[in-house]
This record gives sequence, C-alpha cells and structure tokens, in this order.
Amino acid sequence: MGEEDYYLELCERPVQFEKANPVNCVFFDEANKQVFAVRSGGATGVVVKGPDDRNPISFRMDDKGEVKCIKFSLENKILAVQRTSKTVDFCNFIPDNSQLEYTQECKTKNANILGFCWTSSTEIVFITDQGIEFYQVLPEKRTLKLLKSHNINVNWYMYCPESAVILLSTTVLENVLQPFYFRAGTMSKLPKFEIELPAVPKSTKLSLSERDIAMATIYGQLYVLFLRHHSRTSNSTGAEVVLYHLPREGACKKMHILKLNRTGKFALNVVDNLVVVHHQDTETSVIFDIKLRGEFDGTVTFHHPVLPARSIQPYQIPMAGPAAVTSQSPVPCKLYSSSWIVFQPDIIISASQGYLWNLQVKLEPIVKLLPDKGRLMDFLLQRKECKMVILSVCSQMLSESDRATLPVIATVFDKLNHEYKKYLDAEQSYTMAVEAGQGRSNPLLRRPVRTQAVLDQSDVYTHVLSAFVEKKEMPHKFVIAVLMEYIRSLNQFQIAVQHYLHELVIKTLVQHNLFYMLHQFLQYHVLSDSKPLACLLLSLESFYPPAHQLSLDMLKRLSTANDEIVEVLLSKHQVLAALRFIRGIGGHDNISARKFLDAAKQTEDNMLFYTIFRFFEQRNQRLRGSPNFTPGEHCEEHVAFFKQVFGDQALMRPTTF
Amino acid sequence: MAAAAAGTGAGAWAAQEKQFPPALLSFFIYNPRFGPREGEEENKILFYHPNEVEKNEKIRNVGLCEAIVQFTRTFSPSKPAKSLHTQKNRQFFNEPEENFWMVMVVRNPIIEKQSKDGKPIVEYQEEELLDKVYSSVLQQCYSMYKLFNGTFLKAMEDGGVKLLKERLEKFFHRYLQTLHLQSCDLLDIFGGISFFPLDKMTYLKIQSFINRMEESLNIVKYTAFLYNDQLIWSGLEQDDMRILYKYLTTSLFPRHIEPELAGRDSPIRAEMPGNLQHYGRFLTGPLNLNDPEAKCRFPKIFVNTDDTYEELHLIVYKAMSAAVCFMIDASIQLTLDFCRRLDSIVGPQLTVLASDICEQFNINKRMSGSEKEPQFKFIYFNHMNLAEKSTIHMRKTPSVSLTSVHPDLMKILGDINSDFTRVDEDEEIIVKAMSDYWVVGKKSDQRELYVILNQKNANLIEVNEEVKKLCATQFNNIFFLD
Repeated sequence: MGEEDYYLELCERPVQFEKANPVNCVFFDEANKQVFAVRSGGATGVVVKGPDDRNPISFRMDDKGEVKCIKFSLENKILAVQRTSKTVDFCNFIPDNSQLEYTQECKTKNANILGFCWTSSTEIVFITDQGIEFYQVLPEKRTLKLLKSHNINVNWYMYCPESAVILLSTTVLENVLQPFYFRAGTMSKLPKFEIELPAVPKSTKLSLSERDIAMATIYGQLYVLFLRHHSRTSNSTGAEVVLYHLPREGACKKMHILKLNRTGKFALNVVDNLVVVHHQDTETSVIFDIKLRGEFDGTVTFHHPVLPARSIQPYQIPMAGPAAVTSQSPVPCKLYSSSWIVFQPDIIISASQGYLWNLQVKLEPIVKLLPDKGRLMDFLLQRKECKMVILSVCSQMLSESDRATLPVIATVFDKLNHEYKKYLDAEQSYTMAVEAGQGRSNPLLRRPVRTQAVLDQSDVYTHVLSAFVEKKEMPHKFVIAVLMEYIRSLNQFQIAVQHYLHELVIKTLVQHNLFYMLHQFLQYHVLSDSKPLACLLLSLESFYPPAHQLSLDMLKRLSTANDEIVEVLLSKHQVLAALRFIRGIGGHDNISARKFLDAAKQTEDNMLFYTIFRFFEQRNQRLRGSPNFTPGEHCEEHVAFFKQVFGDQALMRPTTF
Repeated sequence: MAAAAAGTGAGAWAAQEKQFPPALLSFFIYNPRFGPREGEEENKILFYHPNEVEKNEKIRNVGLCEAIVQFTRTFSPSKPAKSLHTQKNRQFFNEPEENFWMVMVVRNPIIEKQSKDGKPIVEYQEEELLDKVYSSVLQQCYSMYKLFNGTFLKAMEDGGVKLLKERLEKFFHRYLQTLHLQSCDLLDIFGGISFFPLDKMTYLKIQSFINRMEESLNIVKYTAFLYNDQLIWSGLEQDDMRILYKYLTTSLFPRHIEPELAGRDSPIRAEMPGNLQHYGRFLTGPLNLNDPEAKCRFPKIFVNTDDTYEELHLIVYKAMSAAVCFMIDASIQLTLDFCRRLDSIVGPQLTVLASDICEQFNINKRMSGSEKEPQFKFIYFNHMNLAEKSTIHMRKTPSVSLTSVHPDLMKILGDINSDFTRVDEDEEIIVKAMSDYWVVGKKSDQRELYVILNQKNANLIEVNEEVKKLCATQFNNIFFLD
C-alpha cells in the first residue's frame, strides 16, 4: 500500500499529556476539548491542555478525595470538580473573585450524580439517576441558583456541546432517549424517541449501550448515530450505523443507514461532515458521506462506504523531550489500539501513551480511489479544503494521459458551476436585501460565506484553462470542445461569461486559422458582446476581413460605443458613412468638424470634401446663425483648401432674415 | 440615394397570347488545348448536351465560342467575354479551370401572338434574362460537379481524358435535368445559406452534441448541422458548405420529404426490444440496418480542392427536423457495424435535441412576437457569411422555387443588384414599379437588402420611412447604415 493511498491521518501536532497511571488520573472535557491530568487528587498538580492553547493551565488543589469528573466552564471561568456522588465543588478562576471552593449538593433526595455539563461560562447541568438539574453559578456570591429541573429515570447521558443538547437514556431497555436543549438560561424538552434494537432471542436481555450511541453535527444538522451490531437472526450482512435526525423542532426521524458489511468492534468519528467508522479487527476505517446519492427506500437512505477501507496513515511518535534523546528514531505508533478512546467529533485519545489527536481527511489520495468523476466532484465539493484538489482534478482530466471524455468533462463543469451559481445567487439576494434596508431589521441576514467549493471563472481560467490551451500536443478540436463545454455550462446556469474566456476561444481559433468557426460563434452570439472583444476583432481584420463587419455589428449592439464606430469608419475613410451614422443617432451637433474634414481631405476626393464641408457650414448656420467656423474649431486650413479648390464664391453665405 | 421610375411590362396582353419560359438549348464543356490542329477539333469537346446534335454542328458551336472568347480577350486580357446576347438566345461562358470552358446556351423567353390572319408570330424577349443570374447558374454547375467528382484536372491525372469524359457524362446527364432555368433569380446570384435562428443556449447544446459525436465516432473529420433545412453549424469551410448546402436543400432533403409525408418507411423503429426508441435514420447510406446485406455506400464529396484536396464520405443522418452531416475520410472503409454504432449513439441524442430545438424555437417565436407573418417582402444577403433571408420565396420544392411576387419585380431586384455590383460604395436605390409597388435596394458594407412595398399612393418619403422601420425591427442587431 503506497503512502498516497491513506486517506485518513492523525494530526501532525497532537496534544501531549502525562500518561494515565495509578497516581495520575486523566480526564477529557468534550465541551472545551481539554485534557486534565490530575496528579494525586490534585495535590501535586493539575495540568490542563487544550488543542489550541499552547500554554497549559497548571494549578494545585487540595486532595479531598478521588476526583470523578473535572471540567472548566466555557472560557475557563469556573472549575467544577465532582468527588462524591451527591455534590460538585466549584472554584472561581476569575480574577478578583475569591478562589475559595464552594459546593453544591443535588436537590433530588437519594439521587446520585452521574455527571455534569457546562452549557455556558456560568450555567451547569447536573445529571442524576433521577433527572436533571439546571443551575446558574453566581461566582461572586459563591453560590448556585437552581433554574430548572426535571425528574426522569436516567441510565446514562450524553452531551453534544456544539448543539447544547443532552441526551438521557431511560426505560429498562435503555433505548428510549430524551433530549434536552439548553440556551441562555432556558432548558427545553424535545420529543423523546426510541431506538429500535435488533431482534434477539427472548432469553438474552439486550439493552442499548452508551458505547453504541454518538451525537454529532453533520452538514449543520444534529444527528444521533446508533451503531447497530450484526444480529445472527436477521439477514443483514453486517453491522450498520443508523442516523437519527434530531431537529430543533419536531420529532426525531430515522434518516440514513450506513452499511458496514462487517462485524466486530467499531468506533465512530465525524470529520469534515463525513462519518468515519473505525474497525478494530481489521485495523481499517471507512467513510460515509450522507450527501452522496444513496438508495432511498421511501423512508431511509442506504449508504455504502465512499471508498474502499483503508488504515489510518501510519504515525510516528515524535520523540520530544531532552535534546539528548532526540537522536533516537521515532517510534511507530500502534494504531487502532484497544487503549484508544474516541470522542466526537474528531478526537482520538490514547490515555496510555498520553496523546490527543484530531483525525483528518486527506483529499489527494481520494482522487485516485474514486474513478467516477461525477461522484468524486460531489464528494470534493462538500469538503472544507477542496479548492486546490478540485483544480488539480480538472487539470488532470484535461491532460494527455488521463484525458476524460467530453460528457465527463461536461458533468464536472456543471457541478462546479452549480456551486458557483448558488453562491452568486445568495450573494445577490443578500446585496438586494441590504440595499432594501432590511439589514437592520432582520438579524438573520448574513453575508453568504464563500466556501472553497466556489470556483469561479477566474479560478478555472488561471489554474486550468490557460495552461491547457498552451499545450501544443493537444488536438485543437479537443481544446475548442472543452472551452465551449465550459461556456455552455456557465450559460446553462445563467452565469455571465467573462470576456477573458471569450478571448481564449478566439485566440485558439485564430491560432489554428479557424476563422469561419469563429464567425459562426459570433453569428449566434456565443461570444458575448463587449468593447474589448470588438477591439480584438478589429485587430484581426488583416487576417480575416469579415472581422471588420463583425466588430462594427458588435459595437452597434453595445449601443455605448458610438464614438468607436465613428473612429472605425473614419479610419476606413468612410467619412460619409460616419457622418450619416452619427446623424442617425442624433449626435451630429457635438462632433468635431475638424476631425471629419481631416478625414475627408485625406480621401483626396474633392466632391466628398465639398459635401462634408457644406454639411458643417449648414450646421454652423443652424447652431450659430452663421456658416463660418469659429476659431475654436481650428478649421482655417480646411476653409483655405475649400477656397482654393472651389473658389471664394462657393462658400455659403450667411442667410439674413 | 437614387430614385428612378420604371413602368415595367404592365400592358394588357391579348387573350390568345402564349408564353414560353427560358429554356436550356445546349450545354457543353471543351478544352481548346485538346485539339489544336485542324481535323482534330472533335477532341476538344469533353461533354455536349444535347448529345444528338450532329458532330459538325458541335464543332462549329465550340469553335464559335472559342473565337468569341479569343476575340474579346484582345480588349480585356484578364476578363474575356462572359456572355453573348443574340435575338434568340444567350450564351454564357465560364472558365472554371485553366483552359477548361463551360458554355451554357439559354433560349430567350418567347411570346407567341396570333396575328390577324391567324398565323403565329413569335417574339423573342431579348432583355428579359439577367446575365448575372445565369452566369451564377453556370458557375454553380461546376461547383456541384466538383463537389461530387473533384476537379477536371484531378480526373485527367487519374485517368486521362477518357475518365474525365465519363465523369462529365455521368454527372451532367442527370444534373442538367434538374436545372429549372425559368425560376432562376436573385437568390441564384447570392447562392446564400439560410441560417436557423436560435438562442445562445440551444446553440451551445448543439455545439456540445457535435463535439461529443465527433469524439465518440472518432473518425469524423467534419460535421454540419441543419434544422428545418436551415444551417446551424458547419465544420466545413464556407465555400464548400455553400455548395453542399445547395445540394442538401434542393436535392437530397426534398427527395426524402415525399416518403416521409406518405408515411412510408415509418421512422419509429421498435424492432429491437429494450432499445431506445428514436427517430434517427440515414438519408445517405443503408436504408435498413437490420438487413445484413445492406450496402454501406455513401456519396463521396471533394472539399478544400485548392489546397489539401480531401475526398470524404458524406453521411447524412436525420431525426425529425434535425439533420447532421458527418464527413469521414474516404480512405476509411465504412462498415455496417459502424453504421449501427452511429445509429445507436446519434439517433437517441439527436431525437432529444431535435425536440429541444423545436420547443425552444417556438418559445422564442412567441416571445419575439414574430409568429405573425412579416408584412414586408424582402430579400437580405450578407456576403461575409453568405446569410440569406427571403420572405419572397416560398418553401423550395424539388422542382421549382416559388416566389410570391410578379416576375417583373424580381427582374427589378436583379437590375438593382447589377447596379450595386458596379460600385464599391454603399448606396440605396428606390424604384417606383408598376401599379402601387415600390422596390428599394440598400447596400451597406457587405450587406444587401431588397424590399418590395405595396402601398397605395405612397410617396418617396413614406417609402423611405417604411424601410427605416423595417431595418429597425428586423436588423437592429447589426450595423446597417440608413
């Protein structure tokens, strides 16, 4: 297996902490993603390390018994420590506040605290075997205030900090789940739902285990993931992951089933909106993308792994520590070790080795593993860091060796432009809403985020097409077909095509002397009108005379290029035509007489000069009541020439009334 | 702007008058180099129609033409005589290849009157025929021959005079019968191409289709696409396309219209179960793909004869109103398998595309409101792209092209065109014709527009205004001086 084959990897810079051992207890807080190393109950020190902060927090606390759970509130304001099954101790970490510990006992009599979760910097939820209690901590008063509570039998609980939802397992089979949602001092109860357990012989009692449930946000939606193990009685070919969609409002609904096609021990992660399923027996992982097309049976969609199963990329443990030991070669890390603990969304912890990693998806290897380019694009466009990979896929499919067929190329362009158009539309409706003054009244109005999946024309031009047309070995037919396909796709999504793409088409056609083809494209307005394009056409006139006509037509259609039209006609010595044109659009009162007289004189056609001269004399008469030119018009030379050729008496006489 | 009045042939004719249209008298091709000595004159003649003519008369007629050309050359070495006017007929000369001369003799139209004593009096109308129209017809004869046979010189190289004579005989024997000299007019001078009006998106879809077809049938060298007998795309160069277009629209397509209308060989084929139904069929080549004996013979055409000289198979394939021409190098042997493959790839996609085009065309027509018949009768031609548009001509049938206006008006159009040819400048000519007709000709750069108006008591200014209006509505997207 080549290195380019691994599509999952552990992050390069893991969080390192002291290994768990009899005197050092290690805790992980999912909300702040912090690892706590508590030595001797805190008496000899507590070290807290998070993924972002390079400076760990260290402090000491009195050893008041075995620590069961320890967590900071958000922003590390207050530390909560559970040492008994009835109470939780608090300690302020806010400057100027007393650092003396204070304690809160759970309100429900005879209840045992299963654990607690911080939902903000000062709000905390106790989960007991008899319900939940929602408190506000008042650090300055060193007391807690009960906000709300709810009685319910609890087997176990699960917290998803990203969505502030706590899931409680109730009933004997543990498979009825009761979600609660917390926000700004309020606690709301969401509809409960039941996880369908696989059918088993009546003799064995099967209940829902906490280990088989996970909660994660996928594509902005909260899902409860249930790992349903293979049961021998059913016909299923292996274990599956069932995704229950848990909306803010409304009932929880079974939506997706991920087919694992294998049995054994599994662990789940969610990375970049992909569900990663690790399989310990084979030491491999597979990924699922619920946005990719699956088989829909009317209620749920079945998905298969996007790619063949692969191991996480082998990982070398960097030998940190004293300089003397750095010469040692790095030690390969045992992957899929039984001491690994997996947390949502993307965390893998090896307590015995003292490492916390984030799992990452590598996109480059996937390009080779997913031969269906349409599916590959669907997959890549949903990934966070996709831009450069997509551009390289595009370049690759246009390369001599890996050339794709035109229908495939068309599909890829269509998918890119679909994303591009979605963004343009969102941007446009945002701009319109802002202009309409809805910005202040509507707090939901937000500028759309431009993700990496938005590849605009300049990206495709710069990274793909400009290099592609330069390739000498490419048959020009293919080059033109690809350019037209991209333009077709843009048009199909009603995206205005930038003129540099049109220029690229023209350049390619001209290079291969395909002027008639160019002519036909222009005839059907495939290459949109613009002044730069019209000028480019004018420059082609010496190679292809009809370009002159095409250019003039284009300038005419633009209707903002009348000056250019006059210039073109004058340069062709079509003085009369220029004059008639400008008169036709009513601009003849503002033109420079000298310019036209100059052009007329250059034709060496005296009758033409006479006509033009007379026209301006008449204009002078009409505008100023006298046929004479004013000194500002600088026409003395022409008046002299007129007199010389036609005589003084030919000059127009001022009409007097 | 020049205005002229022409009271053309408005006289009332006596009831017993008979009219005879112009007719082809003879048509011959010769090369003076092939029989320079006395007694060998017959060798000069490569083709002579009608063949029944006695040998010596043939030699005399050829000799006369030779003499006229030779004589006029002394006055104009580079441009010898193009035509000879006589009372009874007109002769047109054309030298398409060096020393190869084509001559067409057309009898002037005749009016036969009954004199008082009952004897018929024949009157030749010497001024009726337009030189440019029939010179163009003669040039077209050569172009059409060259399209299917290559140049005269090539035939000489391949098999000498014998082969050339065979080819000429084979081709012109049939082709001359299809010349309809009585209905030739301005459009024959232009030899234009009618383009199908289409929106950008549909056009791009067609582009995409052509590119895909050329990719999957990788031996295709050139492709042309037509809809409703109008051109949409040509991979061939303009001059070759011009004559191919003429062949397709005046010969091949009309021949296939009648069977379609009669419902014979119904194009829906469902013989193969599970096969995608489509309306595609070959207009050239095999008629029935399921017949293992079917011959895959396609017409051969010659293009780019001035430089690369390419010989190609011409495959014309049609689904509903959409026709595609695939042109493939003649050295490649085309098999029945290939034809089946082409049918299975092109047929379904072309069927879908054809209905797309039809739908889009109807939408555009409704949007632009142009479904109403234009009140103007006009002919437009652009020398640059050979685009031609006529609201005067009815749909072409294999036999004649019908016009909706009086032949006298058509003749005025031809006269105006001759005037335009004489000068390079842009100009405009307005003619007051018989009854209430006005004929306007405009020339702007490489474009020509001819309008026929029929307005009671209209004056020059009103006519001018009407034409301006027409330009503003029909030609607002091009640069057209007024």
